[in-house]
Amino acid sequence: MLRLDRRPQPSRLWTLLTPPLAVLVTMIVGGALFAALGKDPVVAIETIFWEPLFGEFAFYYRPQLLVKAAPLILIAIGLSLGFRAGIWNIGAEGQYIIGALCGAGVALAAYPSESWLIFPGMVLAGALGGWAWAMIPAVLKVRFGTNEILVSLMLVYVAEQLLASMALGPMRNPEGMGFPGSRNLQQYAPAHNAELIAGTGMHWGVAAALIAVIFSYVLLNRHILGYHIRLTGEAPRAARFAGVRPGRLILFCLGASGALAGLAGMFEVAGPAGQVTIDFNVGYGFTAIIVAFLGRLHPVGILLAGLLLALTYIGGELAQSNMQLPAAAVQLFQGMLLFFLLAVDVLVHFRLRWRRAEAA
Amino acid sequence: MSPPLLTIEGLTKAYPGVVANDDVSFDIKPGEVHALLGENGAGKSTLVKMIYGLVRPDSGRMTLHGRAYAPANPSDARAGGVAMVFQHFSLFDALDVAENVALGMENPPRMHDLAARIREVSETYGLPLDPARTLGELSAGERQRVEIVRCLLQDPRLLIMDEPTSVLTPQEVEILFETLRKLTREGVAILYISHKLEEIRALCDRATILRLGRNVGTCIPRDASAREMAEMMVGSAFAAPERAARETGDAALELTGLSLRSPNAFGASLKEITLAVRRGEILGIGGVAGNGQDELLAALSGEVRVAPGAVRLAGRPVGRLGPGARRRLGLLTAPEERLGHAAAPDMSLTENALLTGAERENLMRHGFLRWRRAEDFARRIIERFDVRTPGPQVAARALSGGNLQKFVIGREVLQRPEVLVVNQPTWGVDAAAAAAIRQALLDLAGSGTAVLCISQDLDELMEISDRFGALNEGRLSAIRPAKELNVEEIGLMMGGAHGMEVAHV
Repeated sequence: MLRLDRRPQPSRLWTLLTPPLAVLVTMIVGGALFAALGKDPVVAIETIFWEPLFGEFAFYYRPQLLVKAAPLILIAIGLSLGFRAGIWNIGAEGQYIIGALCGAGVALAAYPSESWLIFPGMVLAGALGGWAWAMIPAVLKVRFGTNEILVSLMLVYVAEQLLASMALGPMRNPEGMGFPGSRNLQQYAPAHNAELIAGTGMHWGVAAALIAVIFSYVLLNRHILGYHIRLTGEAPRAARFAGVRPGRLILFCLGASGALAGLAGMFEVAGPAGQVTIDFNVGYGFTAIIVAFLGRLHPVGILLAGLLLALTYIGGELAQSNMQLPAAAVQLFQGMLLFFLLAVDVLVHFRLRWRRAEAA
Repeated sequence: MSPPLLTIEGLTKAYPGVVANDDVSFDIKPGEVHALLGENGAGKSTLVKMIYGLVRPDSGRMTLHGRAYAPANPSDARAGGVAMVFQHFSLFDALDVAENVALGMENPPRMHDLAARIREVSETYGLPLDPARTLGELSAGERQRVEIVRCLLQDPRLLIMDEPTSVLTPQEVEILFETLRKLTREGVAILYISHKLEEIRALCDRATILRLGRNVGTCIPRDASAREMAEMMVGSAFAAPERAARETGDAALELTGLSLRSPNAFGASLKEITLAVRRGEILGIGGVAGNGQDELLAALSGEVRVAPGAVRLAGRPVGRLGPGARRRLGLLTAPEERLGHAAAPDMSLTENALLTGAERENLMRHGFLRWRRAEDFARRIIERFDVRTPGPQVAARALSGGNLQKFVIGREVLQRPEVLVVNQPTWGVDAAAAAAIRQALLDLAGSGTAVLCISQDLDELMEISDRFGALNEGRLSAIRPAKELNVEEIGLMMGGAHGMEVAHV
């Protein structure tokens, strides 16, 4: 009989080993799924994981990797702070949209001014927008004890409606021949979040993501606030005993994750996306939840997990176009990754043992 | 001599890493009170769980009424006439007494008949109980009666009681003992688990002593001294705490009209508590669990804020300050619950040293943590308080109860507090560790700290405190010098038998 024995303390080794193991199991089961769809599993896995990095067109895909990973990492870093403390912001997608709308709003209002202040103003507005949107569930939770999971998630749909009405109404390009969507910020230099070094994919959002990783690392490992965040997640009563005020922590964690998600949205709308459109958001806010957990809520882990998830996005698109794999199969593949990570997580706290059934 | 009711031969049960019971044998005769004695972790609980069918032994045999007995689950055990009263009650606060009793029965009769039978049994055995009362309103002693009556309704031949007196006042203990004596006269055998030696000497006919899972001896408690039994339990002699003569100074901590609504629906709200603790003295606060102890600690630690003047530290109002600010001023506390309240289970000892040490031990600068210093602090605690652990990197959860408690108390003591408040400092701790902790509290008072010790262990309070008061339903009794008090007076301060007459059956 297979038995689980609780470990006296969490295993460090397995904490590091479970994410690669989850990736491996996902490859195997995902391969089987692709085989069942009549595709060669080895080629499919190779297309997803190998082609974008080392294939014939890698020069094009490698910069794309950074472009896709940056928002994921930026959002996931913010989410991980709350998740560490047991505060569940599921609405990063909404905060991302609002950040983009606020950032773009500044640029569109300033058009056609050439002031250098526009871009910094957009950054500020983006962060503030995301922060404010996250403050709604935060204040409701602190004041009335509402569930932040539900409120933040519901606000995603509100944000999506707001995005649609903005793209069709106030933010629509007056010179756009009636098509929905705002002016293209890529063509408005003071507001354009351009590549810092041409051909690398490296834009301000990537820089912000790296800075966020470093800040979060220092915060969690070297600062009393980070310690209080971890303590609250581990033992809420002990945290209160240590002197943590739970309400303030909720405001900080939701606020920080909202601001980072807003920043991600702003960098996206000013750079890779270029304009406010109805379908501007592509699910980064939700995928970032997977990134945060795949990265073990650890800043460096999140950096690696963000790159990995970006790879599956790009590889997945490649597999769609090259092998005619359905989009749903690729999404399923990404979902599997989180599913298997949570499943193998049991090894961190438990030991597997073969044991003969006890004699009656 | 009558044949034994239950014979146990060579029972062994191993868990990963520990052998909880190793080849334990003894027998229980009808009509005797048999004590099972041992320190925490000696294997008493595992042994009775095997008898009650909750745990299956790895090897060994049991014989009940002369027949082989191997209960697969508690209902098998009950069918064989074995009943058990647990230390932690399995009762529902929102239901009434009769409903609670019915929930624990195999085939409960109709409610009306059951209420009548509860009255009958409770009168016969001197356990006054009203079947219609809601459980949430009952005291701990009354709750225990519900559990006992539930067992008695099934006509047990063997009644197992796990530390039954830990929640009772001395008067309530007397009522319980009367009931147990009456049961034994009817031929019921009682297996009585405890580590309170005086109680065992007063009640039990024979005692089996367990140490580290082994049966290390049997004795007749009436003929053995408490010290002999203690040494059999521990396996060696240990020093009893010494108290040095000391002088008391001005009031370091003053509570004035402290009232606090309990956040818990069935908890006790604090009502107008007024007291003063002077430098160099230990003030003991007794009382049965759930009479406001947790609330008092929360009001003192700063986890719950109260009116500014209700708590004064050296004359300065601190009622509105949070835990960190109070620590800076020298008011330190150690709550009862070690894991999850005083310490974070999955965090290392270094991280747990930081939990309350950050302010006073200079473990942070401008909010940035100084891990090297935190680790040094953890090491100092481990060394000074003889915490048995491989090192400060170990998770708190991996320590035994006694070792973690030494760490938690040591963490506060080493910060040289002006006032130290502890709640249940030696709860669930082995005798040697308990003695070390009491000694540390005495030494601390000797160096001029005001110590407030909240505890349910009266022997402990009598041993270390200079003055004594008791909490009863959130009210504090008058505070009196400990030396002048006898057990009966203490019991009355704790609320007597909570409104019940001592039954003379």
